[in-house]
Amino acid sequence: MSSLPVARVRLATRAFDPADALNTFTRAHPEAGGVVSFLGQVRVGEGVEALELRHYEPLTLPAMEDLAARVHARWALDGLLVIHRTGVMEPGDPIVLVAAAARHRRDAFAAADFAMDHLKSESWFWKREKVAGTWRWIEPRAQDYEDIARWQAQTPA
Amino acid sequence: MAINLVFLGKLEDVAGCSARAIPLSDTLSDTLDGVIDGLEPTLAEALRAPRVKLAVNGVLVQDRDVPVLRDGDEIAFLPPVSGG
Repeated sequence: MSSLPVARVRLATRAFDPADALNTFTRAHPEAGGVVSFLGQVRVGEGVEALELRHYEPLTLPAMEDLAARVHARWALDGLLVIHRTGVMEPGDPIVLVAAAARHRRDAFAAADFAMDHLKSESWFWKREKVAGTWRWIEPRAQDYEDIARWQAQTPA
Repeated sequence: MAINLVFLGKLEDVAGCSARAIPLSDTLSDTLDGVIDGLEPTLAEALRAPRVKLAVNGVLVQDRDVPVLRDGDEIAFLPPVSGG
Protein backbone atom coordinates (compact mmCIF):
# COMPACT_ATOMS: atom_id res chain seq x y z
CA MET A 1 0.00 0.00 0.00
CA SER A 2 1.36 3.37 -0.93
CA SER A 3 0.52 6.29 1.30
CA LEU A 4 -2.20 8.66 0.17
CA PRO A 5 -0.93 11.56 -1.89
CA VAL A 6 -1.02 14.89 -0.11
CA ALA A 7 -2.78 17.78 -1.80
CA ARG A 8 -0.94 21.07 -2.03
CA VAL A 9 -3.41 23.74 -1.03
CA ARG A 10 -2.49 27.38 -0.68
CA LEU A 11 -4.31 30.59 0.07
CA ALA A 12 -2.15 33.22 -1.64
CA THR A 13 -2.19 36.75 -0.29
CA ARG A 14 0.09 38.01 -3.06
CA ALA A 15 0.44 37.51 -6.79
CA PHE A 16 1.70 34.07 -7.78
CA ASP A 17 3.24 32.75 -10.99
CA PRO A 18 0.94 30.01 -12.31
CA ALA A 19 3.49 28.73 -14.83
CA ASP A 20 6.10 28.33 -12.12
CA ALA A 21 3.62 26.64 -9.76
CA LEU A 22 2.46 24.25 -12.49
CA ASN A 23 6.01 23.44 -13.48
CA THR A 24 6.95 22.56 -9.90
CA PHE A 25 3.80 20.46 -9.50
CA THR A 26 4.32 18.59 -12.77
CA ARG A 27 7.95 17.79 -12.00
CA ALA A 28 6.86 16.42 -8.61
CA HIS A 29 4.61 13.89 -10.38
CA PRO A 30 6.61 12.18 -13.11
CA GLU A 31 4.52 9.04 -12.51
CA ALA A 32 1.37 10.81 -13.68
CA GLY A 33 0.43 10.20 -17.30
CA GLY A 34 -1.51 13.42 -17.46
CA VAL A 35 -1.83 16.75 -15.71
CA VAL A 36 -4.95 18.87 -16.21
CA SER A 37 -4.89 22.46 -15.02
CA PHE A 38 -7.30 25.36 -14.88
CA LEU A 39 -6.22 28.96 -14.45
CA GLY A 40 -8.75 31.64 -13.57
CA GLN A 41 -7.63 35.23 -14.11
CA VAL A 42 -9.09 38.69 -13.74
CA ARG A 43 -10.58 39.41 -17.13
CA VAL A 44 -9.64 42.56 -18.96
CA GLY A 45 -12.56 44.67 -20.12
CA GLU A 46 -16.05 45.71 -19.07
CA GLY A 47 -14.46 48.65 -17.29
CA VAL A 48 -13.18 46.54 -14.41
CA GLU A 49 -10.26 48.33 -12.77
CA ALA A 50 -9.65 45.90 -9.92
CA LEU A 51 -11.02 42.76 -8.32
CA GLU A 52 -10.87 41.95 -4.64
CA LEU A 53 -11.40 38.61 -2.98
CA ARG A 54 -12.08 38.54 0.73
CA HIS A 55 -11.91 35.48 2.91
CA TYR A 56 -12.63 34.53 6.52
CA GLU A 57 -9.47 33.22 8.09
CA PRO A 58 -10.95 30.52 10.37
CA LEU A 59 -12.98 28.90 7.58
CA THR A 60 -11.44 29.52 4.18
CA LEU A 61 -8.22 27.51 4.13
CA PRO A 62 -9.58 24.61 6.24
CA ALA A 63 -12.52 24.28 3.82
CA MET A 64 -10.16 24.34 0.82
CA GLU A 65 -8.21 21.50 2.44
CA ASP A 66 -11.43 19.56 3.06
CA LEU A 67 -12.38 20.02 -0.58
CA ALA A 68 -8.99 18.75 -1.72
CA ALA A 69 -9.41 15.68 0.47
CA ARG A 70 -12.82 15.00 -1.08
CA VAL A 71 -11.36 15.29 -4.57
CA HIS A 72 -8.60 12.87 -3.66
CA ALA A 73 -11.12 10.42 -2.23
CA ARG A 74 -13.30 10.54 -5.32
CA TRP A 75 -10.74 10.11 -8.12
CA ALA A 76 -7.53 8.17 -8.49
CA LEU A 77 -5.03 11.01 -8.45
CA ASP A 78 -1.29 11.17 -8.06
CA GLY A 79 -1.49 14.75 -6.89
CA LEU A 80 -3.69 17.82 -6.61
CA LEU A 81 -2.69 21.48 -6.52
CA VAL A 82 -5.01 24.29 -5.45
CA ILE A 83 -3.88 27.91 -5.20
CA HIS A 84 -6.48 30.63 -4.60
CA ARG A 85 -5.77 34.33 -4.27
CA THR A 86 -7.17 36.66 -1.70
CA GLY A 87 -6.72 40.43 -1.70
CA VAL A 88 -6.79 43.03 -4.45
CA MET A 89 -5.94 42.02 -8.03
CA GLU A 90 -5.62 43.85 -11.31
CA PRO A 91 -6.92 42.77 -14.71
CA GLY A 92 -4.74 39.96 -16.03
CA ASP A 93 -3.72 38.75 -12.56
CA PRO A 94 -4.18 35.05 -11.76
CA ILE A 95 -6.98 34.32 -9.28
CA VAL A 96 -7.04 30.57 -8.99
CA LEU A 97 -4.97 27.64 -10.22
CA VAL A 98 -6.13 24.04 -9.95
CA ALA A 99 -4.11 21.14 -11.28
CA ALA A 100 -4.76 17.42 -11.04
CA ALA A 101 -2.18 14.79 -11.88
CA ALA A 102 -3.35 11.28 -12.62
CA ARG A 103 -2.38 8.09 -14.38
CA HIS A 104 -5.36 8.52 -16.67
CA ARG A 105 -6.54 11.78 -18.14
CA ARG A 106 -10.26 11.40 -17.44
CA ASP A 107 -9.67 11.32 -13.69
CA ALA A 108 -7.52 14.44 -14.00
CA PHE A 109 -10.10 16.33 -16.08
CA ALA A 110 -12.98 15.41 -13.77
CA ALA A 111 -11.06 16.17 -10.58
CA ALA A 112 -10.00 19.64 -11.79
CA ASP A 113 -13.54 20.37 -12.99
CA PHE A 114 -15.09 19.28 -9.68
CA ALA A 115 -12.56 21.26 -7.64
CA MET A 116 -13.22 24.43 -9.65
CA ASP A 117 -17.01 24.15 -9.43
CA HIS A 118 -16.74 23.80 -5.66
CA LEU A 119 -14.21 26.60 -5.29
CA LYS A 120 -16.56 28.89 -7.19
CA SER A 121 -19.73 28.26 -5.26
CA GLU A 122 -18.90 26.49 -2.00
CA SER A 123 -15.68 28.00 -0.75
CA TRP A 124 -15.49 30.90 1.67
CA PHE A 125 -14.68 33.77 -0.65
CA TRP A 126 -16.48 37.00 -1.35
CA LYS A 127 -15.69 38.92 -4.50
CA ARG A 128 -16.10 42.55 -5.42
CA GLU A 129 -14.99 44.56 -8.40
CA LYS A 130 -14.15 48.17 -8.97
CA VAL A 131 -15.75 49.86 -11.95
CA ALA A 132 -15.38 53.61 -12.55
CA GLY A 133 -13.86 53.99 -9.10
CA THR A 134 -16.74 52.28 -7.29
CA TRP A 135 -16.55 48.89 -5.59
CA ARG A 136 -19.49 46.52 -6.08
CA TRP A 137 -20.00 43.07 -4.54
CA ILE A 138 -20.49 40.22 -7.00
CA GLU A 139 -23.47 38.00 -6.37
CA PRO A 140 -23.13 34.30 -7.11
CA ARG A 141 -24.53 33.40 -10.53
CA ALA A 142 -27.29 30.84 -11.06
CA GLN A 143 -24.89 29.09 -13.44
CA ASP A 144 -22.47 28.45 -10.54
CA TYR A 145 -25.18 26.56 -8.64
CA GLU A 146 -26.13 24.59 -11.74
CA ASP A 147 -22.48 23.67 -12.26
CA ILE A 148 -22.16 22.28 -8.74
CA ALA A 149 -25.51 20.47 -8.95
CA ARG A 150 -24.11 18.30 -11.75
CA TRP A 151 -21.87 16.57 -9.23
CA GLN A 152 -24.55 16.14 -6.60
CA ALA A 153 -26.70 14.24 -9.09
CA GLN A 154 -23.96 11.66 -9.59
CA THR A 155 -22.98 8.95 -7.20
CA PRO A 156 -19.34 9.21 -6.17
CA ALA A 157 -16.99 7.29 -8.42
CA MET B 1 -17.81 41.82 28.46
CA ALA B 2 -18.15 42.06 24.70
CA ILE B 3 -18.55 39.95 21.61
CA ASN B 4 -17.23 40.63 18.16
CA LEU B 5 -19.50 40.60 15.11
CA VAL B 6 -17.80 40.03 11.73
CA PHE B 7 -19.53 41.04 8.51
CA LEU B 8 -18.41 39.35 5.30
CA GLY B 9 -19.09 40.33 1.72
CA LYS B 10 -21.83 42.84 1.09
CA LEU B 11 -22.83 42.75 4.76
CA GLU B 12 -19.76 44.89 5.36
CA ASP B 13 -21.33 47.67 3.28
CA VAL B 14 -24.62 47.39 5.15
CA ALA B 15 -22.83 47.54 8.50
CA GLY B 16 -20.40 50.22 7.37
CA CYS B 17 -17.52 48.23 8.82
CA SER B 18 -16.07 44.72 8.64
CA ALA B 19 -16.36 44.05 12.37
CA ARG B 20 -18.00 45.55 15.40
CA ALA B 21 -17.61 44.92 19.12
CA ILE B 22 -20.91 44.71 20.99
CA PRO B 23 -20.94 45.04 24.77
CA LEU B 24 -22.77 42.32 26.66
CA SER B 25 -24.80 42.84 29.77
CA ASP B 26 -23.82 40.88 32.87
CA THR B 27 -27.10 39.10 33.18
CA LEU B 28 -26.07 36.03 31.16
CA SER B 29 -29.33 36.46 29.30
CA ASP B 30 -27.77 37.82 26.15
CA THR B 31 -28.87 35.99 23.05
CA LEU B 32 -27.80 36.53 19.48
CA ASP B 33 -31.37 37.53 18.67
CA GLY B 34 -31.18 40.15 21.36
CA VAL B 35 -27.87 41.46 20.05
CA ILE B 36 -29.23 41.64 16.49
CA ASP B 37 -32.36 43.42 17.75
CA GLY B 38 -30.10 46.12 19.13
CA LEU B 39 -28.55 46.88 15.73
CA GLU B 40 -29.81 49.26 13.06
CA PRO B 41 -32.98 47.82 11.50
CA THR B 42 -31.47 47.57 7.99
CA LEU B 43 -28.45 45.69 9.31
CA ALA B 44 -30.59 43.43 11.50
CA GLU B 45 -32.74 42.53 8.51
CA ALA B 46 -29.69 41.82 6.32
CA LEU B 47 -28.14 39.56 9.00
CA ARG B 48 -31.39 37.59 9.29
CA ALA B 49 -31.66 36.92 5.56
CA PRO B 50 -32.23 33.17 5.03
CA ARG B 51 -29.09 32.65 2.99
CA VAL B 52 -26.78 34.24 5.53
CA LYS B 53 -24.86 31.56 7.43
CA LEU B 54 -23.25 31.86 10.82
CA ALA B 55 -19.92 30.85 12.27
CA VAL B 56 -19.31 30.99 16.00
CA ASN B 57 -15.66 31.24 16.96
CA GLY B 58 -14.67 29.98 13.54
CA VAL B 59 -17.04 27.01 13.48
CA LEU B 60 -19.97 26.98 11.09
CA VAL B 61 -23.30 26.44 12.85
CA GLN B 62 -26.16 24.74 11.06
CA ASP B 63 -28.93 26.87 12.50
CA ARG B 64 -29.36 29.95 14.59
CA ASP B 65 -29.24 28.04 17.87
CA VAL B 66 -26.13 29.84 19.00
CA PRO B 67 -25.12 28.81 22.50
CA VAL B 68 -25.12 31.36 25.28
CA LEU B 69 -22.90 34.22 24.24
CA ARG B 70 -19.68 34.53 26.16
CA ASP B 71 -17.19 37.29 26.53
CA GLY B 72 -14.88 37.33 23.55
CA ASP B 73 -17.07 35.26 21.23
CA GLU B 74 -16.73 35.98 17.53
CA ILE B 75 -19.90 35.67 15.46
CA ALA B 76 -19.32 35.84 11.70
CA PHE B 77 -22.17 36.49 9.27
CA LEU B 78 -21.51 34.80 5.93
CA PRO B 79 -23.61 35.77 2.90
CA PRO B 80 -23.62 33.61 -0.26
CA VAL B 81 -20.06 33.10 -1.48
CA SER B 82 -18.54 34.00 -4.83
CA GLY B 83 -15.04 32.69 -5.36
CA GLY B 84 -12.89 31.73 -8.29
